Amino acid sequence: MSNPRPYWNPYLAGIGLGLVLLLAYVVLGTGLGASGGITRLAVAATHTAAPQVVAGNEYLASYYASGNPLSHYLVTMFVGTLLGGFLSAFAARRIQLGVERGPTAGVALRLSLALVGGALAGLGARFAQGCTSGQALSGGAMLQTGSFVFTGACFAAAFALAPLVRKEWR
Amino acid sequence: MNLFANGQLDTPLGLLLALLVGTGFGFWLERAGFGSSRKLTAIFYLRDFAVLKVMFAAMATAAVGLQVLALLGRIDLDALYVPTSVLWPQAIGGLLFGLGFVAGGWCPGTAAVGLASGRLDALVFLLGAGAGSVAFAGVQPQIGDLLQAGTCAIGSIPANLGISGMTGALALTGIALGAFVGATMVERWMAKRSVA
Repeated sequence: MSNPRPYWNPYLAGIGLGLVLLLAYVVLGTGLGASGGITRLAVAATHTAAPQVVAGNEYLASYYASGNPLSHYLVTMFVGTLLGGFLSAFAARRIQLGVERGPTAGVALRLSLALVGGALAGLGARFAQGCTSGQALSGGAMLQTGSFVFTGACFAAAFALAPLVRKEWR
Repeated sequence: MNLFANGQLDTPLGLLLALLVGTGFGFWLERAGFGSSRKLTAIFYLRDFAVLKVMFAAMATAAVGLQVLALLGRIDLDALYVPTSVLWPQAIGGLLFGLGFVAGGWCPGTAAVGLASGRLDALVFLLGAGAGSVAFAGVQPQIGDLLQAGTCAIGSIPANLGISGMTGALALTGIALGAFVGATMVERWMAKRSVA
């Protein structure tokens, strides 16, 4: 197994990411997004498992108002994000199966916090109508006040909780 | 071009172009090292500010690019889709999201890249994120009014400050450059402290 290659310079990667965001605005007329695609996949999974739950809730049913919730640009963008991540990780020899965690953290702790953290992030993204991609980056590039409110609140909460989950990471 | 304004985002052409844009997005996230949850969360322990550097550089690049293209008449900023800026939903959502970010180690886009890199914790995070998104349906009826733009719309920063979009984009770039210097100083200080 050969060694993974070093990451690229963060400023260079940031400019590359910014140009992709600019391209999204020019071509698609909208910015980047990740949580919207996840939401649509989750609503479709709920519909498959328990259609009455989706039909009985106005918010969930709204995803079916214009047909299949999966034939939406945010779903293919999410698939693209997986694909692009895979291509880059493969080329840099960074594909590694495992559970990433700090040196003293157990797998059970890490996976439980990943699940709880994912749920909080998913819920928060629906409150805010977007995540770090759709709100922070895309709205921020359009100088939207709410995007900076979101980003500020996000980092404040994360820094506040960080000491309590230190064992998971350091 | 603007597929959104033409109502073509969810046509086969729109779906394909969004797939390609997403591929570029995932590529750059992975190049930056964001397929690693330990690298992403290192900012919260002041060890590695790559998250701040990449986000600010991306935001400033796109913000200035958008304003330049608008001045050249190549893009109509008013025809782009942007989520409505609403104070309370975005403040509360940001707080919940931040807790999830540091506890879960990912955000939705980087978790996709982490999963593509073989990280099982990213898969679990994504399953949690899906559950959290659907759970929103449980509170949405109670807070529907809160989410209405009319009650707490806060618009864009240039409009609120009475400055041009270009001035706003350049100010953002200036703030980003200042943050880069500050972040690098903190990184060096922390590195020296952990050696001593």
